[in-house]
Amino acid sequence: MNIYLPIAEVAVNAFLILGLGGMVGVLSGMFGVGGGFLLTPLLFFIGIPPAVAVATGANQIVASSVSGVLAHLRRRTVDLKMGAVLQAGGLIGAALGVAIFNYLKSLGQIDLFVTLCYVVFLGIVGGLMFIESVNALRKSKRGGPPKRRQRGWVHSLPLKMRFRTSGLYISVLPPVAVGLFVGMLTAIMGVGGGFIMVPAMIYLLGMPTKVVVGTSLFQIITVTAATTMMHAITNQTVDIVLAVLLLIGGVVGAQFGTRIGTLLKAEQLRILLALLVILVCAKLALDLLLEPSEVFSVTPIREVH
Amino acid sequence: MPLLRLIALTCWAALTASIAAAEEVVLGLSQDRVAITATFDGSEILIFGAVKRESPIATDAPLEVVVTVSGPSEPVMVRRKDREFGIWVNTDAVTVDSAPSFYAVATSAPFSEALSDTEDLRHKVSIHRAIRSVGSTVEGAQTFTEALMRIREEKGFYSLQENAVALDEQTLFRTALRMPADLIEGHYRTRIFLTRAGRVVSQYETVIEVNKVGMERFLFNLSREQPAIYGLLALLIAVISGWGAAAGFQLLRDR
Repeated sequence: MNIYLPIAEVAVNAFLILGLGGMVGVLSGMFGVGGGFLLTPLLFFIGIPPAVAVATGANQIVASSVSGVLAHLRRRTVDLKMGAVLQAGGLIGAALGVAIFNYLKSLGQIDLFVTLCYVVFLGIVGGLMFIESVNALRKSKRGGPPKRRQRGWVHSLPLKMRFRTSGLYISVLPPVAVGLFVGMLTAIMGVGGGFIMVPAMIYLLGMPTKVVVGTSLFQIITVTAATTMMHAITNQTVDIVLAVLLLIGGVVGAQFGTRIGTLLKAEQLRILLALLVILVCAKLALDLLLEPSEVFSVTPIREVH
Repeated sequence: MPLLRLIALTCWAALTASIAAAEEVVLGLSQDRVAITATFDGSEILIFGAVKRESPIATDAPLEVVVTVSGPSEPVMVRRKDREFGIWVNTDAVTVDSAPSFYAVATSAPFSEALSDTEDLRHKVSIHRAIRSVGSTVEGAQTFTEALMRIREEKGFYSLQENAVALDEQTLFRTALRMPADLIEGHYRTRIFLTRAGRVVSQYETVIEVNKVGMERFLFNLSREQPAIYGLLALLIAVISGWGAAAGFQLLRDR
């Protein structure tokens, strides 16, 4: 069944979009990632204009994150205080990201820059996570005692604050910086940023894995909601019909994802996420390296009313 | 006698003009507006008509019919990728000043027989003449325009259908044009040319309106006129459905 999208001005298969939303929702619930890193490129592939894909993707991530965070709130696996600190950084970062985005757009190289960002970040994060989780899994199989967390430079910074849920007493500067960085990526790449946020929380801030997913979802809600509003007001590229289709699939998927997530071990969960990230990275890298079947592309220059 | 020759020439011109006007198009459309609804999946428009004439059918050259439908024009950026540092990067770009978002031509004979090149140039009938590209500075701008035509032809936005207009007794004609699902709103200019020996003897023009209706119309207008409210609406839908799904699954599990 085809549905005409009023803002994107294209007709798409409704079941294809529902399926996409569902798949991304499952990932969102399982890993605490918004799924934007997967959703945004997939929307490009099925012919949604990039500007609409980025803006609508952000809106869809709001829905699946709300759905996911509620499940985590009930299980008390959300560090609200840490989330608030991350959000403060995230909003500043999003504003910076929009400025960078518009500058590169004026140079005409935004598509390439976004793709390169995906390849670089997904490659680094996926690779590191994969190596780390394989090592951790091996150690836990051997039954050796878990290595004690190292107290690095992160713990010697000023402005310390107690985060009770995470069991941490650290400076607010690292979480603000992490939030800011991820906020920037949200605006530039049209992603929630969970794939950066989750490893940063585990490895940089030293948060316990069980609160990482819920807290990440919590901060993603605020940053993606702000991004949605910015796009709706400045570019008018949020397509509600597309968003509704995506989020019907997405919210249902997120619930299943959260259940699946509780059944798996943290290390297994991380290996799966790492493999997925590497897969998307490889696909995007291949697109850059292989000769495209059509070297020309057509973009209508439409005035924003 | 130059004066006599001038008079003769004027008379001949007047005569051919009256012949030209003697054949007129009476047009019918299966629909003169296309409504884009939520389940819009393209449209087929039947264009039919008759040739009205006062005098008997001229026998010098057979009558041919050329039908064009053209969507709103807009400037288009055509980019070309090239390999640089091992990766494929957009390098050159050409701005085509004006290209129709949709363009279909149907003729009753092979195009070159139905319309001479001079007349094509004057009325801008063929696809490449309908695209306006002036002042391109990049070398080989022609290949960019060709790429634009190729890409849009593949997607069904541009089409040239030769021998697709059925013509009976040089009087009744009909053709069907397929419009794809991804249409843009606006006035779709529809032209019918009657030609003899490649020359246009009569021309008729009308408009097919393509509009979004119902919910599509409402959402589109809201997003343009009240973007803040539209954005809040989008967020509200997102939050409610997210919460609804979580609550719904909780109920299912508690049972």
